[in-house]
Amino acid sequence: MTPDLIYGLTGIAVFAIGLVGALCAQDRLRRVLALKLCSVGAGFVLVVAAWRTPPADPDPVPHALVITGIVVMISATAVALALIRRLQTLEAEDDDG
Amino acid sequence: MMMVDPLILTLFLPLFGAIAAFVLPRAAAWVGLLAVLGTGVAVAALARAVLAEGEVVTQLGGWAPPLGIALRADGLSVAMLAMTAGVGLLVSIGALDALRDLRERQYFWPLWLLLLTGMNGVYLGTDIFNLYVMIEVIALAAVGLTVLSGTKQAVRAGLEYMYASILGALLFLMGVGFVYLQAGRLDFAGLIAVEPSGAMSAALALMVVGLLLKTALFPLHFWLPAAHANATAPASALLSGLVVKAALYIFLRLTTYMPLPDEILVTLIGTLGAGAVLWGGVQALRAERLKLLVAWSTVVQIGLIFIAFARAGQVGLSESWKAAALLILAHGVAKSAMFLAAGRIKDEIGHDRIADLDKSDTRPTLAQFTFALAAISIIGLPPSLGFIGKWTLMEGAMAAGYWHWVAVTMIGTLMSVAYFSRVFAGFLRFDRMRGELAEHKGWALADAAPLTLAIAAISLGLMAAPILSFIELGYPFGAQQ
Amino acid sequence: MTETPFLPLFILLTSLLASPVLFALPESAARLRTGINLGVAAVKVALVAWLGWKVGQGVIYDVSFTMLPGLDFKLQADPLAMLFISLSAILWLITTVYSVGYLERGPHRARFFGFFSLCVAATVGIAMAGNLFTFLIFYELLTLATYPLVIHRGSAEALRAGRIYLIYTLAGGLVLLLGTLGLWVLAGTTDFAPGGILDDVVAENRLAAQMLFVVLVGALGVKAALVPFHAWLPIAMVAPAPVSALLHAVAVVKAGAFGIMRVVYEVFGIETAQALGLTAPLAALAAVTIIYGSLKAITQDDIKKRLAYSTVSQVSYITLGVALASPIAAVGAMAHLIHQGLMKITMFMAAGNLAEGLGVKKVSQMDGVGRDMPGTMLAFSAAALAMIGLPPLAGFVSKWYLAQGGLDAGYGWVIALLLGSSLLNAIYFLPMLHRAWFRDAGARDQTPARRRIGWMLAAPPITTALMVLAVGGFANAPFSPLEWTRFVVAIEYQE
Repeated sequence: MTPDLIYGLTGIAVFAIGLVGALCAQDRLRRVLALKLCSVGAGFVLVVAAWRTPPADPDPVPHALVITGIVVMISATAVALALIRRLQTLEAEDDDG
Repeated sequence: MMMVDPLILTLFLPLFGAIAAFVLPRAAAWVGLLAVLGTGVAVAALARAVLAEGEVVTQLGGWAPPLGIALRADGLSVAMLAMTAGVGLLVSIGALDALRDLRERQYFWPLWLLLLTGMNGVYLGTDIFNLYVMIEVIALAAVGLTVLSGTKQAVRAGLEYMYASILGALLFLMGVGFVYLQAGRLDFAGLIAVEPSGAMSAALALMVVGLLLKTALFPLHFWLPAAHANATAPASALLSGLVVKAALYIFLRLTTYMPLPDEILVTLIGTLGAGAVLWGGVQALRAERLKLLVAWSTVVQIGLIFIAFARAGQVGLSESWKAAALLILAHGVAKSAMFLAAGRIKDEIGHDRIADLDKSDTRPTLAQFTFALAAISIIGLPPSLGFIGKWTLMEGAMAAGYWHWVAVTMIGTLMSVAYFSRVFAGFLRFDRMRGELAEHKGWALADAAPLTLAIAAISLGLMAAPILSFIELGYPFGAQQ
Repeated sequence: MTETPFLPLFILLTSLLASPVLFALPESAARLRTGINLGVAAVKVALVAWLGWKVGQGVIYDVSFTMLPGLDFKLQADPLAMLFISLSAILWLITTVYSVGYLERGPHRARFFGFFSLCVAATVGIAMAGNLFTFLIFYELLTLATYPLVIHRGSAEALRAGRIYLIYTLAGGLVLLLGTLGLWVLAGTTDFAPGGILDDVVAENRLAAQMLFVVLVGALGVKAALVPFHAWLPIAMVAPAPVSALLHAVAVVKAGAFGIMRVVYEVFGIETAQALGLTAPLAALAAVTIIYGSLKAITQDDIKKRLAYSTVSQVSYITLGVALASPIAAVGAMAHLIHQGLMKITMFMAAGNLAEGLGVKKVSQMDGVGRDMPGTMLAFSAAALAMIGLPPLAGFVSKWYLAQGGLDAGYGWVIALLLGSSLLNAIYFLPMLHRAWFRDAGARDQTPARRRIGWMLAAPPITTALMVLAVGGFANAPFSPLEWTRFVVAIEYQE
């Protein structure tokens, strides 16, 4: 097995685990984490796309894409977490009243 | 004026507007309005250029694809941009009055301008990674708009929407990764050249499922009704009228550059559309609240657009997109009018329970009239743009001998008559009212925006011929004609 | 010979543009509203008279613009259109006067007159549609604009009736859409042209042409109240009297019948339709409707319902005349389009006066009403006798031509049908006249009149009754409906 294949298959597996989690998990936080796994899996696949058999240099474009993807995902996670907190507050208020 | 490229203005005016509106919360409304107006002017300039040249392309920073980012406008993309800007402008005007809460006012404008940036980016984008970024931008802004009212239902629906939206985007991203592995480039022009293969089919499958999730095609629609029904009215109008169209548009474009490998898949997508029409229709018949009914009608309309996509089979796909595009435009205009009108009705009588619409002493007759006009286009009655779309859909299905699509469309139309007539009955009944009805009560300046949109939805049908020839400019779906 | 196309457009726009103005007027601006209503209606009659004069001289007006590639929105004022336009323009003016009186202090008058105007615009559009596509547009507009009028009273019963009305007519409209699309896909055009446009299609695919005929006539049959699609009409009688009078005696059912004429004469062409073997079944269906409607009318005690079933029966005379495929019967059919409209609107307005003035809504309450309301009941009686077919009144003229046409087409049974129908007409109308004139009012509940019947309510039925007498008595005068009809038939049969 070449390194790129190992990385690629791992990426697909991680994505699949995340997908199952995102669809099946009940807990709000777990679903966010599952989505994070998906994004990591997709990142792996992009990183593999950059791989070239040495001594050729790796393709820099996918690296740029991965970084962009990470940035996007951080913002998304932040928004999701903020919403979860807000929802918890609202539900707590309901329980009190 | 022509010193600055209108393509770039179309993308960056709303972006800078969003930042300015966020930095200057007191002036947010005026900054926002100005930015939307400016975008409209840029789109008009773009339309002129497309009329003259067929297609307009700009390479950002002078870098050519595949490394650089190119923006491209043709007839279809300008039509989508124009619909977005026009609807957006009127919804913005409606929002001036509809958003009473200070916090809502403060956050609405930056979010909406960010949304506009994302959508314009989708309509101008030429490579699938940038489309991924844009749909994430749209997702974040749209979720923000969904939860704007801050109620528990809205936040809950917004969170569900968030999960679905991010998952859809990540499926798309995974597909993008596969494409890069296989093809080594991501621009549309490059995709055409790639040989079909197993990996490319898998990539297409991932991207299509992600897009269907984001555009809420049955059975992936589960997140839509709650999100659209619980947002504040201007946000609902934007979400239902505009946002779902972005993913739909990508789907249309993508399947041109990466054709679905089998006729079966085209039929499958049409069948899901039929499922949406029937299931959404049943749910709309059962809905107890006006805004929920309207949201379910969006599920139905999305289904109809996918039937339009499938109506002539794989052979006729390059023609089918016209019917789909007409329905997309028609629904964008009419549905935003309908949500704004529903919001006005709710504001005036204090609730939106369909069974009790008639029990109020105030009759927002103008908003009700607007709602009815919008319904004419959504049901697909002549001479509205919705009618023209449905006509084109059925014509193609009939000519190709696909009678099942004709039948589903007709059943869907009858169902829509049935669920909208529940609402009309509430508007027109007055024997259960408590007091005397004052005349013309409940009219406000805020009725002007939805009314204009509804009138546009009806009268644009009369302009269907020029619209059709415009969206063909620059051969959006191949130069085979 | 063609001339500036604006005249038909103006005629359409008079009522189309009046509508939003009427909607926007405040409820209290009664005088202004009445002024606009009557002014616009009068202008329209004048324009129609002018148009009729021009069309009579052989001018064909034609205005169109492209809506979809190859598909035009097209208005055309030809002699057949004139027939329907004049009917609706004149009766609109008269009914407007009646409505103003009828709704004097009622609620939602702005809404009522707004939609009323829109209905007339739709009717005129249906008359002037130059192709089936345009016809479809106005046909649906008519449905939408009449719905709020049907449920104008805003009660639970009215709403139920409205829902049934809407479902019948919109389902009919949807089937018409299917038929129009079918025509477009098969023939590549939807234009109306004397002699038909389908000869090539028929030669190529006879079955498709036959199916198309069934779909189109079936769809139009919903509004024309052909059995078994008639059920909405008696139910829609919950509407206020002027609505029943103008819309359900004239505009809506006639739109269906008129559409059948256009489809048979100008889409298929009478010879082609005959060759497809479909005119005879249509004639049979019309015959069934004629008898069925009359039989049902006999059993109704509610005056408006009795009149409604009578309409079901009488409108099918028109379809019968078309389906007999004889030029003489066609004259009868088209003349009946006008005659039946005049007769039935008279009776509905009279019935409205009975209900408003005396609270009489049932046949069994009609004892002695002739003495309380002589003018109204004289008008009613004249129309009823004309409907039965007493010579030389209007109904007699159309029945005479239909019978002749039946003989001409070789269908002897038509004579028996018409005699039987006249007998049934007599059975359900004469007892009403007998009660009104020859019974003592003593048996009737003598509650004081609910409201005074002013001239605005009394004059319209008398006017239309006089017209009933005139079109029968002077049937052969120039510009009488009958004469005009002969002119139209000569065109449709391409003689």
